[in-house]
Parts: sequence; C-alpha cells; structure tokens
Amino acid sequence: MIRFEDVTITYDGNLAPVIAHANLHINEGELALVVGPTGSGKTTLLHAINGLVPHFSGGTLSGRVVVDGRDTATHPPRELADVVGVVPQDPMSGFVTDYVEDELAYGMECLGLAPSVMRQRVEEIIDLLGLAEIRNRALMSLSGGQRQRVAIGAVMTTHPRILVLDEPTSALDPGAAEEVLAALQRLVHDLGVTVVLAEHRLERVVQYADRILHVPGNGAPVQIGTAAEIMRTASVAPPVVQLGRLAGWNPLPLSVRDARRNAEPLRERLRSAHNEHNQAGAPIDALAPRLLDVRSVSVAYGTKTALDNVTVTVDPGEILAIMGRNGAGKSTLLGTLVGLHKRSRGSVLVSGGDPADMRGPELISRVGLVPQDPSDLLSRDTVEAECHDSDRDARAPRGTTTTILRSLAPDVATSQHPRDLSEGQRLALALAVILSARPPLVLLDEPTRGLDYLTKSRLVEALRTLAAAGHAVVLATHDVELVAEVATRVIVLADGEIVADGTTRDVIAASPLFAPQVWKVLAPQEWLTVAEVEQALGGVR
Amino acid sequence: MRSPRWLNPFAWWAWALGLAVMASRTTNPLVLGCVVAVAAYVVSARRPDAVWGRTFRLFLILGAWVIVIRVVLGIAFGAPDGGRVLFSLPSLALPQWAAGVRFGGDVTEPALLSLIFDGMRLAAILACVGAANSLASPSRLLKATPSALYETGVAAVVALTFAPQIVGDAERLRSARRLRGRDTRGIRGFGSVAIPVLEGALEKSLHLAAAMDSRGYGRMAHTSEARRRTIAATFLVALLCATIGAYAALDERIPTIAMLSLLTGSIAMIAAAFVIASRARIRTVYRRDPWRSPEWVTTNVGLACALAAISTAASAAMQGPTTLTWPQVPLIAICAVALCLTPAWLTPLPPDRGAQ
Repeated sequence: MIRFEDVTITYDGNLAPVIAHANLHINEGELALVVGPTGSGKTTLLHAINGLVPHFSGGTLSGRVVVDGRDTATHPPRELADVVGVVPQDPMSGFVTDYVEDELAYGMECLGLAPSVMRQRVEEIIDLLGLAEIRNRALMSLSGGQRQRVAIGAVMTTHPRILVLDEPTSALDPGAAEEVLAALQRLVHDLGVTVVLAEHRLERVVQYADRILHVPGNGAPVQIGTAAEIMRTASVAPPVVQLGRLAGWNPLPLSVRDARRNAEPLRERLRSAHNEHNQAGAPIDALAPRLLDVRSVSVAYGTKTALDNVTVTVDPGEILAIMGRNGAGKSTLLGTLVGLHKRSRGSVLVSGGDPADMRGPELISRVGLVPQDPSDLLSRDTVEAECHDSDRDARAPRGTTTTILRSLAPDVATSQHPRDLSEGQRLALALAVILSARPPLVLLDEPTRGLDYLTKSRLVEALRTLAAAGHAVVLATHDVELVAEVATRVIVLADGEIVADGTTRDVIAASPLFAPQVWKVLAPQEWLTVAEVEQALGGVR
Repeated sequence: MRSPRWLNPFAWWAWALGLAVMASRTTNPLVLGCVVAVAAYVVSARRPDAVWGRTFRLFLILGAWVIVIRVVLGIAFGAPDGGRVLFSLPSLALPQWAAGVRFGGDVTEPALLSLIFDGMRLAAILACVGAANSLASPSRLLKATPSALYETGVAAVVALTFAPQIVGDAERLRSARRLRGRDTRGIRGFGSVAIPVLEGALEKSLHLAAAMDSRGYGRMAHTSEARRRTIAATFLVALLCATIGAYAALDERIPTIAMLSLLTGSIAMIAAAFVIASRARIRTVYRRDPWRSPEWVTTNVGLACALAAISTAASAAMQGPTTLTWPQVPLIAICAVALCLTPAWLTPLPPDRGAQ
C-alpha cells in the first residue's frame, strides 16, 4: 500500500538528511506506529506519505514514495486526497469551515462528489465515529477529543484507503484519548483502513500497533518490525515494556493484560521487598504559614463557571499535580495563581500576598508559570538575548539564566533561535527564564506535551531537584506516568470543582482511568513506577 | 416554531443593505436610531453562536468612534455657515498658500448638529454591515457564491476566521508578558506582542494551507488561456459598472433611471461571467441553503425599506433639524424600518442555537 524505496529527505540549508535511505513497505489494513525521539523526523516521514514533503515543505527527496500505485513525485497532495487522509497534529489548525457537518463534507466538495453521495457519507461517518450529538456545533466550541474525532471523520468521508495521524492523543486527557483510539480501532477492523500514526505516549497506543517504524533520528536508518521486536531495543518505550525488560519477560508484553499474565513470579519476588516510597511524608506543621493558600476561589467566564469554590494549599517541597478532563479548569486554576484571571470570589495568597495585586519583579520573584506553549514566554531571536533579557527582568546578576539553562539542558547552543530548539529544549529555556527570578512557587501547564521519554525523565529530575531545594511545584497534566513519577500530591478537577485531593497513591490508584501501567500490572501490590520496582529488586538481590 | 436551519446568507445581506440604504438617505436622528435599534434586535434574536456572530458589538464601537472623529475633525477644520455660535476655538492664522483652509474659530449650532448627524449616518451604515456580518456565516456565503469566485472567497473567509484567533493569541501573549514581569500596556507592550502574534498567524496559515492542499483543495478541470482572459475581462467591466451604479445610488443628483440601468447591467454581466467561469470547476456543494418563504420575507422587507428610503429622501422630514429641537417624524420611513424587525420572528433559528 505504501512503499518507500531508498528514500532520503534533506531540508534546504541542512547538510545532514532527516531520513536516510529508508526502505519500508506498509501493507494494506495495517496499523503502523511511528516512534522515535522528538525532532527525529517522524512528522517528515508522515508527510512524505501524501507528498506534503517535499511538495509543500520544500527540501529534497531522493528515491521513490509510492502510495497505492501513485508516485508522490508526480502527484501533489491534492491529487492524492482521495487515497490518503492526513490529520494534522493540532486538528484545529487544519479546519477549513466552522461547523462540524460542513467540515465533514469539505473534502468531498473538493473532490466534486455528487450531493446525494455526500449526504449519505456524512451520515455514515457521524454514526461510525459517534458524532451525532455534536453535528450542528461550531468547531470552536468542541472539546479536544471531539475535535480530534471530527478531524478524523473529515478526512474519512472521502473514503481514503490510508489514514495518517500525527500525535492524535498527545493533547488529550486519558478518557478522550480512549475515545479516539476506539474510533481508530473501528476503522482498522471494520473498514480495513491502513493507519499510520506517530505518537509519544506509547503507553496508550503500542498495544494496538501491528508494526512499528522506529525513527532513531540523526539520519540513522529507519527500522521496521513487529511491535514486540522493535520494543526490545527501541530508544523509547512505555513503562509496561520497561518493566518487561527489567523482569526479563519473553515475549515482551505490550499491554497491561499481557504483562499481568506474566507478572505472578515478579509479584512473588516483590512481596517481601520493602517499598520505601510508601511512607507518608513528614507531618506538616499545620500552623506555619502556607506557601500557597487558595481559599474558596470561583472564576467565571461570562456565564460559564470555570472554577467553583476551590480550596487548596501547598507547602515548600511539595509537587502537586492537577488532573482532570480537558476543560475541567486546570489552566484556569494555574492562571488564577499568577493573577491572570479575575476571581468572582475567594482569596489567593502566594507567600502571604495576593498575586492579582502584584506586577513586575515583585510577582515573578514569588511565583512563576511556564504556559502550555513555552514559546509564548520567548520573544527574542537568540537564546542568548532571551537569557540576557531574563536576567534584566528578574534583576538577577548577569549569566544567572544561562547557568540555570546549562544545568537543565547542557546541549543548547546559545546562538540558536528559540523556534529552532526541540520541544524539550524550549521547555528547558522557558523554565530557566522563570527560575532566574527564584520564585518559591513554580507552576507548569501541561509540560510533557510532545516530549519523548528521555526528555521527560530529565524534566522529572529537574522538578525533583527543585522540590528538594525547597521550591513548591504545581503542574497541570494529563500524563499519568509523569504524575506517578514525580507528584507527591494530586488533586482532580471536574467542571471547576475539586473532586479528589490526596497523596498520589490514594488518588490515582483508586481510578481505573488514571492508574499508571506499573500499578495496574502489579496490583494489589502498591508500585507506581518502574524505578520503584527496580530499586526494590536491587534490595532483594 | 420552525425547525432550526441556516437562513440563506444572501437574504441577510439583502435585508441589511435595505436598511443601509435607508440610513444613507437620511440625517434624521430618529430614523437613524431606529435603524440601529432594529439591526441590534434582529442580531440578538437570530445570531449564531459562532465567533463571527459576536462581531456586531465591534461594529457599534467602530461607529461610535466614527462619530467622535467626524465631529472633532469637523470642528477643527469646518467652515461656519451662519446660525447661533455655541463656542469659539482659538483660530490659527495659516500662511498664504493654505488660503481656504481654516483651523479653529467659531463653532455654530447648525454646523455642530450636522456633523453629529452625519457621523450618526455613517455609524448606522456600519451597524447594518455589522448586522449582516454577524447574521450571515461567511463560509455559508462562500458556499452560495458561484464556484468561479471560490478561490478569492476562501482567502476572504480564512482571513475572517483568523481575525478572532489572532485576538486570542494576542491575549495569550499579553499574559505571557506579565509572567516575565514586564509591563503589559503601552507602545512597548504592543510592539513586543505584535511580532510573535504575526509569526504565529503566519505559521497557522501555513498549517492551514498544508491541510487544505492535502484535502484536495484546488483540484480543477482544464481551462484554456483565452477563456480565462475573457472571464477576467468580463468581471472587471462588470465590477466597474457596479461601482459607478453604487455611487449613483448614494448621490441624489444622478437620475434614478441612469442608476438603475447601470446596476442591472452590471448584475447581468457578473452573472454571465459566473456561468462561464463555473464550468471550469469540479467542486460540488454539500447542502446548499434553500430559498424559501423566510428568505423571501427577509429580502422583501429589506427591499421595501430601500424603496421607502429612495422615495422619501427628498422630503424635509428626512433631514436632521438645524437647531436643537425635536426632529420631525417621517412616518413612512419609520414604518419601513419597523417592518425590517419582522425577520426576528419570521426566520428560523440557526442550528447551533436551535437546542436552546
């Protein structure tokens, strides 16, 4: 169905190719998963399938890409629109119309299908992907999961035989991700569509993949193989695979279900082991002033309540994770803590002061927020200039930000443009900018979006160091594995209200949706992460 | 109650243009006030829940600014034309070469009132355009346009949908400046936000272009060069005629017959060009908006309003008073404007508000 013959792709101005001498063959009806570190060329590979690379992106492609018998060299993307459907990373950026039904029909209108055919296909897709309730809604008003499903539906109405998706679940909460993956499963199993998808959150998708394309990056050869083969050695792996590697299971489990069937001997070994992470933290002095004290805060946008009577406190050394569905109020809560939103009632005290009344150095020396898109914070054209500005803003001695950046990401060249950095490096730069003012309270909004496992583990290290140095960290995230690794406490928001507040173990273990993979494999024993298990096994031996 | 559906966007535009003709033909503040009130009521009753549905307020604000600017400039540079002097501004003696231009001086009651009413007229026309803009979905208007205009139309619609997104981006970046401990106001604040916002907009448009390309936008049947030129030439002439016709419609000195013949001629030519050009496209349209009784009602009340405006424009009651007195009440015009209120009940609700 898709054939890459000795494909090498080089972008203009770069000497090294992104993808070198790739030879691949993806069969009809397969679900192929593209994995690899950030910036390794996954998106380039996906876009080569429908000719966006090089027709749209520029650069040079040598070799041949043949899709359903058509060579992409002679067929620009629009001539492949009836064979390949591409869902972009941010579905909103690809929407052309503004209502769900119109969006579903757009591709068919371009292909010139008869109105009666269009009517019928729109109805079919609405049933297949469960879009009936939202068919008349404006696209802007949809949640993340709904948008993603509409984007899939919008390309599926032209009946393409290949569906290409770029990180379809990375911006979604666990529930919405399940929805999207279930929809994809239906397409693969019921319609025989060939699906190629790239994803960082392997724990969500690896068990559905027939084959995996591993793009190691830096021009190293692209590997293709069955999921179990590739996962044995791949540079990125979900926790369940890491656990399997640790325990030496063969065949390597890809899903919680496979792993549980193998896990009995491991549980036996761990029974006598002591989990030192299980202890509760030191009791907190209830009378001492809190670093962050939020009391019955409500925030409303127009008539919509975004936060409803939220009360939470944070002490130095804590890492608090805020979880909940897309649109549950996580970002609003973080914004309220830096005084971005107007409260309709309640009080917020950060180190004893109300952030809404502070500005300039006074604000940033008490609380810092890394927004969802870290590049929002950056405005200069080199890393060096950005660091210099940041020292000035924070009234810190020259070089402070650069020193912090070095400790977070040693490989950043200071002459680079912030836009050319990888996602992880950009996050490190934004975090360094925030930390230069030494705020005791550090807030991060969805920090692991688009990060691979290696970059994520660096972030975990950095956050732990911060907490150990007496900072308090609050992060809003969908990433249960990150929460399991790093958080000391979790609150869950739903429709602006706090529905759960407690230690990580108590809150996420109790939820079938939020429990991390290792917990699910080893329950009823209480292990959250591979690192905990590894440490315990070291003690047993 | 009718079941919710989209009213054909052309009906809304016809209705709004009818009201706009009324506004353009009068300086009577009562009539102008009625026009704005009717537009506002219908918008609040029938606007959809989309971004462009909320633009009416922006047009009202813009209108208010137009009044202010018109009055300020008029007072500064206007010539007194008799009547009671309200107050005097210090006047500036200008050099010889600027003879005829006056700066400052006496401000008279008739001059001030005529400036205000003139500003109100422009503001009312803006309100009508704003009403059409928030009632008629730009993308549905695009659907209903002949496919020859499609490419141009897409560019316009994309620009329209981008504008609110850019406002959102600017808001986000402004709050990011706060997070860096910088001032969010003033020229510096604006400048440092503007560049990243434009960068972001550029990036977004590239993403959108890629998405549209991969969904088959611009697939086209073969057209010959000569035919393309014929189409372009016809369009150009037709648009020229339409422009002159529209100007004639606003100027009472040009005879009505000349104006009508110019307008009908240009419409016929545009239609012909559309028919020729549309054959080159393979595009089809999903669920065209039908033209049924609500569309007829909406268009006809607009037309009636325009006719009433043209027929009564010469009467003294349509002019605003020159002294600070209660204006005359032109009954026909007021009734015609009130008639334009009927679409607020006689049209279906848009689907996205239908559930309410």
